[in-house]
Amino acid sequence: MLSRVTRDPAALPRLLLTLLVLALLWPGLEHSELDVGVLLNADNQRDMGRFLAAFWPLAHSTDFLVLLFEATVQTLAIATAGMALALLAIPASLLASRALSLSAASRAGRPKPLANLLRWPVRGLLIVLRSVPEIVWALLFVRAVGLGPTAGVLAIAITYSGMLGKVYAEIYESVDQRPAHALMQAGSGRLAAFVYGILPNAAAELTSYTVYRWECAIRASVVMGFVGAGGLGQQIDLSMRMFAGNEVASMLLTFLILVLLADQLSRLLRGRLA
Amino acid sequence: MSRLFNLLIVLAIGAAVIASFSYLAIDLGALSSADSLRQMASYVQRFLQPDVSQAHLSAIAHGALETLAMSALGTLLAAVLGLLLALPAAGRFGGPLQGVARLLLNALRAIPELVWAALMVLAAGLGPNAGTLALTLHTAGVLGRLFAEALENTPTAPAEAIRLQGGSQLLAFCYGTLPNLWPQLLAYSLYRWENNIRMASVLGFVGAGGLGQMLYVNLSLFQEAQASSVILAMLLLVLAVDSPSSWSRQRWVRA
Amino acid sequence: MSLNLRAVSLRHANAVEALRAIDLQIDSGEQVAIIGPSGAGKSSLLNLLATALTPSSGELQVLGAHPWQLANRQRQRLRTRIGLIHQAPPLPPRQRVVTAVLAGKLGQWGLAKSLLNWLHPLDIPGARRELARLDLADKLFAQCQQLSGGQLQRVGIARVLYQAPELLLADEPVSAMDPVLADHTLAVLCQHAQAQRITLVASLHAVELALAHFPRIIGLRDGQVLFDRRAQDVDQAQLDALYANEHLHAPATSAVSLSVQTARC
Repeated sequence: MLSRVTRDPAALPRLLLTLLVLALLWPGLEHSELDVGVLLNADNQRDMGRFLAAFWPLAHSTDFLVLLFEATVQTLAIATAGMALALLAIPASLLASRALSLSAASRAGRPKPLANLLRWPVRGLLIVLRSVPEIVWALLFVRAVGLGPTAGVLAIAITYSGMLGKVYAEIYESVDQRPAHALMQAGSGRLAAFVYGILPNAAAELTSYTVYRWECAIRASVVMGFVGAGGLGQQIDLSMRMFAGNEVASMLLTFLILVLLADQLSRLLRGRLA
Repeated sequence: MSRLFNLLIVLAIGAAVIASFSYLAIDLGALSSADSLRQMASYVQRFLQPDVSQAHLSAIAHGALETLAMSALGTLLAAVLGLLLALPAAGRFGGPLQGVARLLLNALRAIPELVWAALMVLAAGLGPNAGTLALTLHTAGVLGRLFAEALENTPTAPAEAIRLQGGSQLLAFCYGTLPNLWPQLLAYSLYRWENNIRMASVLGFVGAGGLGQMLYVNLSLFQEAQASSVILAMLLLVLAVDSPSSWSRQRWVRA
Repeated sequence: MSLNLRAVSLRHANAVEALRAIDLQIDSGEQVAIIGPSGAGKSSLLNLLATALTPSSGELQVLGAHPWQLANRQRQRLRTRIGLIHQAPPLPPRQRVVTAVLAGKLGQWGLAKSLLNWLHPLDIPGARRELARLDLADKLFAQCQQLSGGQLQRVGIARVLYQAPELLLADEPVSAMDPVLADHTLAVLCQHAQAQRITLVASLHAVELALAHFPRIIGLRDGQVLFDRRAQDVDQAQLDALYANEHLHAPATSAVSLSVQTARC
């Protein structure tokens, strides 16, 4: 009776959970070699201080501004071209989606198991394409086609086609299926059923998602520059290696403005088109 | 009018795409020519026999552990730092501090992890420590903003009741605010952790440790067989994180 | 003198005048019920006494101190001696009842003990004792979100009982309880006040309960004290004046049977 009065039933589970988390995190401390102190090390602080002090004034010589402008345009071009190529995922999304299943149309929306099995290779391909991070693709393409924007375009095209293919397929499935089913039951082909039965309802969401992905692609193309895939990122990497703080600062600022503008533009476009 | 505007947008997008390809001078024809395709094929072929030797696999396991450790500790530190910044950012300490905290959070968040990693490699040297710090900084910005929003949307009455019976600000926060808040904070942190595992595996490209550093080194030395097994390991890691997290989201977050 | 109000007025931010020039003295150890129609200012008055609201004008003295002339730290110390029972206790839905009750002593405990108690309840028997008085001991380890409105009110009361303040304020403490439970709970509050010789001020919707449990009744209407007298001196005419235009609802409240009343405390 006394123990019932004084003991907290949640105490033991909480204690065990805490111990478990600690046991998992403790080796992590070793593996991650975490040491915040290294930032406070006098030598490092002097180096960092010199680097940061060089941030101001921002680099603004004419030569540099021309370079900066070209790098920015290149970044935008990489993102746009990569997205355009990624739209090649549309056929894959059609293959992967259950929305265009002929058997589903006559079976209350549930496709035949065998027909479903056929969708899996396409889905698997899309999973692999998007599960390898874009920067790994970029690194691989830099090795294959050389330094420069082509690697970036191809990397974005590959990763984003994986993402677009999956999300497009899900969007097709999320809209009202009855128009498409009715068309297919009336004997129309799958493509016609898609264009007349699904696209009208899904178009707004598809555009909105595509524009959002374009915005992400701009960010990604800057990051991919660090492995040599062209654009602003490559220039930032070069300037960092040369400890040119003022150039790094100018380019980071440009990057932030670019992302901000892309965000605004994408919001505007989505508001317009959706 | 609206139709005309939409047509203009479509035309502008088309023009932008064409301009992009011509500006970058990407010759898709040359890329898909027989010669270059053959080169590509031979390049790909070198990846088709992943190195599964014992030594390499244990190196990969070590790299994967390093990646996991970086992401876990980075997220944990970021959650602490984010909460500390979220308090002023939610206006708990007055207007001026709120502005400063928000600016700081936005700056932390706006700079991508990889750029932070490059900076941290300069500041703290090569290795996973730099990666952990980079993840901490970027994630603190992301989580700080989410936490601040959550704080602003939490009812204040329980905390005020504690203040009214003489409790201090800190106790009012612990007893009145956190009980409502922590499930949300935990959910956000776990979600970011999942994201950070993916990120931590590539931060090594700029020298910040983990699987990425192995991959970068292997590719630089033209060891495609080894690189291929590292990529496979990355893929497995991402998939292993993806499926339980999407399962648990469906299970726990029935929103 | 436990409470002393001289010409106290309260104007809300939206310029609504909740209290107008209230004069009120309550001695320590007194048990007072405040009754009146909805919107009369009962909650405002209690929140004022609990130092949750600042008077717009007039002089307010609580437990011998002028709370709004004190420094922050001293006012917090004064507040540890005042307990306010809320009509709908603001308890975090995920907090456990035991933690919610033990939170009553936060103002009196040191920081270390308070933080430790946050991680693991330190005085489980104490929390169980207070809950048992209100017949709620079986919910000790439940989460607040699992409780009904009446149970939550009792958790709020248990917290203030655990706090053991010198001035106990209760804002409609039994509004979500059935008549028998409401009667029992008020009896517990009154017994506690009497045993500890503390001051108890409660606002009540149900006139019968107020008359049955409290020796002194204050009628509040439109932010002013309409009457202030001993319970046995309150007559029907005064109640009619207090609740004028409110008789549409009268049958519902007077339906409470007087047979459930226990001895006046």
